[in-house]
Amino acid sequence: MLIAAIIALGVGTYSMRLGGVLLRGRLKLSATVQRLLLMAAAALLAALAGTAALMAGTDFAGVARPAGVLVGGVLAWRKAPFVVVVLAAAGTAALLRLAGVS
Amino acid sequence: MRTVQRTDADRVLLRDAATIAAAMIAVGASFGAIAIAYGLPAWVPFMMSTVVFAGGSQFLAVGLLAAGNPLAAVVAGLLLNARHLPFGLAVSEAVGPRWRDRIIGSHFLTDEVAAFTLAEPDQARRRKVYWIIGLTLFTSWNIGTALGVLLGGATGDPDALGLDAAFPAALLALIMPSLKDRATRTVALTGAAVAVLLTPVLPAGLPVMCALAGLLTLVRPRRRNRTEAAC
Repeated sequence: MLIAAIIALGVGTYSMRLGGVLLRGRLKLSATVQRLLLMAAAALLAALAGTAALMAGTDFAGVARPAGVLVGGVLAWRKAPFVVVVLAAAGTAALLRLAGVS
Repeated sequence: MRTVQRTDADRVLLRDAATIAAAMIAVGASFGAIAIAYGLPAWVPFMMSTVVFAGGSQFLAVGLLAAGNPLAAVVAGLLLNARHLPFGLAVSEAVGPRWRDRIIGSHFLTDEVAAFTLAEPDQARRRKVYWIIGLTLFTSWNIGTALGVLLGGATGDPDALGLDAAFPAALLALIMPSLKDRATRTVALTGAAVAVLLTPVLPAGLPVMCALAGLLTLVRPRRRNRTEAAC
């Protein structure tokens, strides 16, 4: 049963990945629709970042994580290198937790 | 001159890939350790990391599998992974034109791979970015899983390292350039707000898909343009 569940999840996930990739090749998309597609991807990524930054399950994520993401976000906005953004976000959250702020 | 620029871009790409790979190893290790702590057999996390290769759904599914609810694990996992379809549409050209590339390459598509690929302004380089980041993440995620299975809880809590803040910050850094465009910014921020507000009330996965409602912000200006054109 375990193996069947993992295979089902794996095959289903792969189908969605491959489905999107293949579907795009079949469609002749106008420039407008292509632009909408990029906006849709940006909205999904922003939603992933937003929910991962602010929520833990269905609850609010506390202080340390959003604060870390905020520091990373400001640095990214100031065009800091990717490595700096990631390390600063992790470092801020880790230090806050070390100081007892969760 | 062109060669020099290319090498620089490649060096930056590899450095960025190494950064995200390090974080993936640590989170993968916590996934492996959690699966073992739940009392699941050691092949379960290995198989999930190679066959499913989608971190969020793996954490979600492993808990439900351990609770003896495999059907819920599949349904919840697939719901969470539904976003890969629109991501597949968006990055399709970067995966490659050949069938072999599409069949193999599609498996490496994750949030981070989509974000890295779409953040690359040079269309010609997108394919390289997709494959380098995809293969790096697949490898590091599986190495991490193996470490977690072997070392168990000794790998430490990724939250103590602040890694839970690192991933959203990484996504934010990758989408930042696209947010310069005003319409994209409105769509993305509206979508993110919708997703955050719906998170407490909808099952995992649906809130993020609801972010597509952000596209509705485009409706009004276009109608205005149309009426202007009609005038």
